[in-house]
Amino acid sequence: MKLTKDQVKKVARLANLPLTSDEEDLPEGEAGKYSEQLSRVLEYIDQLNQVDTTGVEPTFNVSGESNIMREDTTVASLSQEEALSNAPQKKEGMFVTKGVFEE
Amino acid sequence: MTGKRTMNNYEPVIGLEVHVELNTKSKMFCRCSADYFGKEPNTHTCPVCLGLPGALPYINQSAIEDCIKIGLALNCSVSPISRFERKNYFYPDLSKGYQISQYRWPLCINGQLTLDNGQVIRINRVHQEEDTGKLFHQEGQTLIDFNRSGVPLVEIVTEPDFRDVEAVRDYAKKLQQLFRYLGVSNADMERGDMRLEANVSVRKVKSQKSKVKNTSQNLKVEEELPPYRVELKNINSFRFMVAAIEYEIKRQIEALEKGEKLSQETRGWNGDKKCTYVQRSKEEAHDYRYFPEPDLPELRIEESRVKSLESSMPELPWSKNKRFEEEFKLSTAQAKILTETEELADYFEGLVELGGKEGIDAVKIANYVINQKIGAGTSVEEVLGKIKAKGEGVIGDERELEKLAQEAISENEKAVADYKSGKEAALQVLIGGVMRLSKGKADTSKLKPILEKLLKVVT
Amino acid sequence: MQNSKLQVKNQNLTGLTLIETLRGLKEKIFSEEELNKAYLNKIAKLNPKLNAFLKIEKNSRGIPAAIKDCILTKGIKTTAGSKILSNFVPPYNATVIEKLLEQKVNVIGKTNCDEFTMGSSGENSAYGPTKNPWDLNKVPGGSSSGSAAAVAADLCTFALGTDTGGSIRQPASLCGVVGLRPSYGRVSRYGTIAMASSFDQIGPLTKSVEDAALVLEWISGGDNYDSNCRKEKFTMQPGKLRGGIKGLKVGVPKEFFSQGLEGGVEKIIRDAIKKLEEMGAEIIEVSLPSCEYAMAAYYILVPSEISSNYARYDGIRFGNTRENFGDEVKRRIMLGTFALSTGYYDDYFAKAARVRTLIRQDFQKAFGPSTGSGCDVIVGPVSPTTAWNLGEKVIDPLAMYMADIYTVPGNLAGIPGLSVPCGFSKGLPVGLQILGKQWDEETILQVGYAYEQATSRRKEKPKLSF
Repeated sequence: MKLTKDQVKKVARLANLPLTSDEEDLPEGEAGKYSEQLSRVLEYIDQLNQVDTTGVEPTFNVSGESNIMREDTTVASLSQEEALSNAPQKKEGMFVTKGVFEE
Repeated sequence: MTGKRTMNNYEPVIGLEVHVELNTKSKMFCRCSADYFGKEPNTHTCPVCLGLPGALPYINQSAIEDCIKIGLALNCSVSPISRFERKNYFYPDLSKGYQISQYRWPLCINGQLTLDNGQVIRINRVHQEEDTGKLFHQEGQTLIDFNRSGVPLVEIVTEPDFRDVEAVRDYAKKLQQLFRYLGVSNADMERGDMRLEANVSVRKVKSQKSKVKNTSQNLKVEEELPPYRVELKNINSFRFMVAAIEYEIKRQIEALEKGEKLSQETRGWNGDKKCTYVQRSKEEAHDYRYFPEPDLPELRIEESRVKSLESSMPELPWSKNKRFEEEFKLSTAQAKILTETEELADYFEGLVELGGKEGIDAVKIANYVINQKIGAGTSVEEVLGKIKAKGEGVIGDERELEKLAQEAISENEKAVADYKSGKEAALQVLIGGVMRLSKGKADTSKLKPILEKLLKVVT
Repeated sequence: MQNSKLQVKNQNLTGLTLIETLRGLKEKIFSEEELNKAYLNKIAKLNPKLNAFLKIEKNSRGIPAAIKDCILTKGIKTTAGSKILSNFVPPYNATVIEKLLEQKVNVIGKTNCDEFTMGSSGENSAYGPTKNPWDLNKVPGGSSSGSAAAVAADLCTFALGTDTGGSIRQPASLCGVVGLRPSYGRVSRYGTIAMASSFDQIGPLTKSVEDAALVLEWISGGDNYDSNCRKEKFTMQPGKLRGGIKGLKVGVPKEFFSQGLEGGVEKIIRDAIKKLEEMGAEIIEVSLPSCEYAMAAYYILVPSEISSNYARYDGIRFGNTRENFGDEVKRRIMLGTFALSTGYYDDYFAKAARVRTLIRQDFQKAFGPSTGSGCDVIVGPVSPTTAWNLGEKVIDPLAMYMADIYTVPGNLAGIPGLSVPCGFSKGLPVGLQILGKQWDEETILQVGYAYEQATSRRKEKPKLSF
């Protein structure tokens, strides 16, 4: 199938991906480029429809493992300093982001 | 138009989602301490719960066992194969950009819980997931503490079976009691150990006319759910939950009466203004893109494990309640109070056991404990002593006292003669006789007139 | 003994394999300091041209290994070839790093790769492409581009790479070195930046097959952090490596000789298979019919996992904001977001997961001793082409994807694969792919070793006269 420019924009929103030159009056903006590229990939992928998968169980994991669990014991956490060491912005021992609406 | 008349034409349709934070030592998918409450921010984190690149989850077995216990207590069946999935959405408190949760393959499904009013609430699922971090809003900025990130949460989802607010309250209280009995959570609402979300909608009750025409088609119409659902979120007390649901029912009925069309939305409760408000509308609804968590192999819970977990569970509050009624001849109300906490119930059973040896009746102990609001810490001997002293152990039944008095009279011919001859003090001898016969339990205040009455007859 | 000492002494230190280096150190023919100095000198000379390393660690101790920059190194900047992580200094080591440190291996540098390991040419790195040591105008393959180039140019004793769809084997093939992708679950992924969690594996790129076996022994085994990782370590049974291949059944899938396979490459691969036959292996033609759909399934499942794995890059706890993702990362995030979104999950994600089952079954049948062909290994080309010109496929994502057409099927099945140098086409290296049963790295190493010893390929080195 094809992915239209609008679909690309919708998907980008869902994926929290800012697209550059996304202005409506720029037909060759990122949405246009991705619409074309992703459509080609999706058209290729559409050949999956030729495969009969009736009664075939899906494979989600190839490790062959199951019931991998651990005992309920603790180990030392990172220090506050280590936890925050890569944060671009920090305040009062916490990470900082632009204000979000209190839910 | 009064609210009552309006209600007569509508009925609420309510489903409940309860989240409970488990009190495991470590978090759900990492080995950080889960005891985060009141701790310095970001001191209980590691690459896993911070969502750093390269970090991977690893399942805490105790959490899974707790989840299964909750499921079993709610009569669920435990899925032979269950899987974790990723629930994808963006929010600053969600470190990985997805929550590891369960969706298509939950641990426990198809349970039920019977309420005090006899109604059976169907439980759709009991599943395992993880908590998010905490946000603090400050001068246009948002600060984030990830100490809570990854703490195990169990979610219990009902079918939309509630038709009144009282039933919702009863259900929520019962769950809280269950969590405490099972010892899986403190279930403290204020601390956020237990969180409630209600899905509320209303529908017209079918008219009297159609009730008569009770065709199968009509039945189907009645079972149809309203075409919308309002999700009430972030309710942190039973009182607020009741208030929010009541407000919402009224609001929705009024809107429908005005001919408005209600739609899917998420609303919060404003405790100050005592009203609900829109948090997210349908247009902004999430597309969570659930898919199986590739970092975690599936769980295959064997029957034998389920059996052993089941046998490790304590007597559940509702079973205890029923047993107290039957075994101790308590009223439903009495049994409910005494089984409110497992601690009180155990304490009461201790009292009954010891009191029984001293001939003190369970009902009397129950009355005393309830009336005097005796706490489970109080010394058992002291309480039993007080019950006796207060006369709670006394024989007060007049027929029984008469029998004892008659016996004492026939044993003490001399005292009877003395009394007849005018010696009032001889009555004390007879009273002493009754006390001896009753092992000191006869109610002396009632004994004197009984003896006087009997002595008049004796000639 | 005297003989071996002389042999080592007469060689350039950087030309030694890992096994030879260990022997040299043990016999005190040279010191760790001399060894590290030799490598650092060579890096200083060649890296400006090759751009194989993004960061060089000046150590004088340990056995110098090059580590792909998607593997976290505590206190050493780890960018994964992305602008997003331009300043990221991990507070912890990946499990594989911890395991290497136990073996006295030191990180000599972090190697360049396609951004977040997404690519087959190295050109998706935000820090400029790595060049192929055999021809600086050619790509080295990807995404473990720097690791492959560093081994080929003798800038390290060995390197670690990661392989999600072919990212160890394909650059190993294009750079003429040995590359081993272990079975899924053989090596812990903890601390290695995930591309697609149900596919990713870490593995060695080495100067010899024996080196690859040793490094796999070092890095394999559980750590209680990767739930999908097998607890047991990989160990090569004594004598197995040198056991020869007489009587082994070598499967040749006709699907691996499809259109798109370069004539020059096909000839070299056919010659290599003939060589295996001469050495006593039994060659059988097998069929993997569902592998025709491997790329389509792969490009649903991998982007889906990517769309979720890359949600954590929000610029709050680490790294820069999301507009810093490069084009290929954005494409895959969007493709995966779409494949998982409401209304498309069943037709895309679930469908691809079912096709994955069919592909696994194809391999099970080929390897099955009773029900199938009973192959011990399956061989074919690693890549349909030799190294191509820089810039040639950048504008055509789909063409770039097809570079992994022969490596992807095995990864859908979770089986191990080895790339062994097997000749040159127009002066550029070609790799022979040897696929094995899940958990049976031993046999593919055995076949690879036998082939390597029977040919002179391993002795050929790129002429780097700049």
